Amino acid sequence: MERPEKLQQVFGTTLTSHRNKSSLTRENIPPPAKYGGRHTVTLIPGDGIGPELLNHVREVFRFSCVPVDFEVVHVNSAVETEDDINNAITAIRRNGVALKGNIETKHTMAPSVKSRNNLLRTSLDLYANVMHCQSLPGVQTRHKNIDIMIIRENTEGEYSSLEHESVSGVVESLKIITRNNSLRIADYAFKLAREKGRRRVTAVHKANIMKLGDGLFLQCCREVASGYPDITFDSMIVDNTTMQLVSKPQQFDVMVMPNLYGNVVSNVCAGLVGGPGLVPGANYGHVYAVFETATRNTGKSIANRNIANPTAMLLASCMMLDHLKLYDHASSIRNAILNTMNETRLHTADIGGQGTTSEVVQTIMRFIQSKGQLTSEY
Amino acid sequence: NRFQLEMQTVTLIPGDGIGPEISSAVMKIFETAKAPIRWEERNVTAIKGPGGRWMIPPDAKESMDKSKIGLKGPLKTPIAAGHPSMNLLLRKTFDLYANVRPCISIEGYKTPYTDVNLVTIRENTEGEYSGIEHVIVDGVVQSIKLITEDASRRIAEYAFEYARNNQRNSVTAVHKANIMRMSDGLFLRKCREVAENYKDIKFTEMYLDTVCLNMVQDPTQFDVLVMPNLYGDILSDLCAGLIGGLGVTPSGNIGANGVAIFESVHGTAPDIAGLDLANPTALLLSAVMMLRHMGLHDYGNKIQTACFDTIRDKKVLTKDLGGNSKCSEFTADICRRIQDLD
Repeated sequence: MERPEKLQQVFGTTLTSHRNKSSLTRENIPPPAKYGGRHTVTLIPGDGIGPELLNHVREVFRFSCVPVDFEVVHVNSAVETEDDINNAITAIRRNGVALKGNIETKHTMAPSVKSRNNLLRTSLDLYANVMHCQSLPGVQTRHKNIDIMIIRENTEGEYSSLEHESVSGVVESLKIITRNNSLRIADYAFKLAREKGRRRVTAVHKANIMKLGDGLFLQCCREVASGYPDITFDSMIVDNTTMQLVSKPQQFDVMVMPNLYGNVVSNVCAGLVGGPGLVPGANYGHVYAVFETATRNTGKSIANRNIANPTAMLLASCMMLDHLKLYDHASSIRNAILNTMNETRLHTADIGGQGTTSEVVQTIMRFIQSKGQLTSEY
Repeated sequence: NRFQLEMQTVTLIPGDGIGPEISSAVMKIFETAKAPIRWEERNVTAIKGPGGRWMIPPDAKESMDKSKIGLKGPLKTPIAAGHPSMNLLLRKTFDLYANVRPCISIEGYKTPYTDVNLVTIRENTEGEYSGIEHVIVDGVVQSIKLITEDASRRIAEYAFEYARNNQRNSVTAVHKANIMRMSDGLFLRKCREVAENYKDIKFTEMYLDTVCLNMVQDPTQFDVLVMPNLYGDILSDLCAGLIGGLGVTPSGNIGANGVAIFESVHGTAPDIAGLDLANPTALLLSAVMMLRHMGLHDYGNKIQTACFDTIRDKKVLTKDLGGNSKCSEFTADICRRIQDLD
């Protein structure tokens, strides 16, 4: 009388990493595909290092004959109107999936000009930001054996963009926590934990101070936890969490939290495993999915110098391929990336090496070719 | 300097749990160093004043108003006592607007991070901790984050003054003005304005997430960090974690009217209270911070050197530092070194 979850665990990662990846977000919806089995994906180059990294993704995809066509939508961060970002949102609604670079938010513009990235996330209701931080054997870091999944609520909390100046010199910024979104994200976290065979979910909060807001979030997590007796649930206050992360990060398994703490914790964890150039991130909604680097850096200071680390963006594109059920392509590219990272030690400057972006990408493509798969000519 | 010879009064609040024993350790060390400090012990258990409002005992307030300087051990957090936390009460009573935590790697107490030398300055009166929350409709809660021009200017001015007085090179404002355009935007503008008056100090701005990202990879790039309440809470604990935790981190709270209260930020540790096992380092380093604040740098340096030497030597460490010595032995070792330094 085996429970289905137990069977999944017996077969281990091979089964879970391939088959049911999209079961969480798109139970009955097949991935959108155009004629001839080719997918169309919206591509938003963004600013800074976004355009060059996404060009490398296209290069690798072209080389590996990945059946994905990109519909490129540019979003100009220097204009005040929201036409560009609305076009991007429409394109994503049409295609269902997107890969994006970060769109800069310029401080010189009026406060009414909201973050384009945030607008995209809230309009498409991409409520779950998922990041998997793992220590990579080829990368030198202070802490080893880190394996943390961070699930961050992505649409509300401190990012509600509701601010007003009630009295001159006094600004109020509203943080909104709702029962629905808290239950939704907690549910996502526990479902994902079960699917991946993880043992423990930790809710990160500050409910001792924000008793109503974070208190509600915590309560929702507890409610959802009661439906998953096989998974241990505990909670930790955010400041203690960061202290624990820098001293003993190995104690954490799956973490779930509201928006702002998610920002802090995901950046701390990315730093612990080697930096912003390594970790991919995914934003999932019920219908749409958008992939990007986990820490969403624009990287203006290193743009167009051929020194940016392409790993995070390439791994994000692999997550996207998994989402489109193109598992073989995803595995092939991912293995090539990890081999390049671990074996050939061709590292970019952010992880202590002297390699250029193009050298890393060329090596990845050589690995893909050496595995004997169909490739086009370089 | 004539003032160094005059005895100055400091209000001492031993606190609960291990508070009394670590306070005695500090007093003993100060006595050995012949620091010109006269301790005035006070208790701050909340009492209900006229009108039903909770307040700190009047003799404690009087002492602090006169001495202006306080040293405080850990206070018990009351559960269901009906009154707010004592820390909150102290903060409100003396308008303690700046929380300052210097985080310096302690040679001899190994953590994965070496050469940390930064200071976090956190606005401590408003921001996300305004305590204003409402249930809008069932299932929707709104928490209000308050940022005011005055508080932002005040904390920015303190940060730059601190940097100047302590020979620090740069001040970095930590914010999330890309998302919280108006509130953090206001905070940032005030910091920029104040920076204009301190051209000798380098001013930079950095997003909270970028600070976190860089802090755990290379903390040496940071100097003085100034930020609103919540970010300060998180970052100051993160930095404490880098150097070894709350048991070795000093902290100071600066108030209006020249009041300053220095404190250890760890808990009361009731399980080891009274057993001579506690580590007085955090309170001692806070007391050193206090001496520097009062201009008594020589005494501060002497005591700090003795403390760090004891830790580096590793012969008489308390349990939390990896040894198995008593608090009194640790204290005695520091006293011995102070005498040798003289």
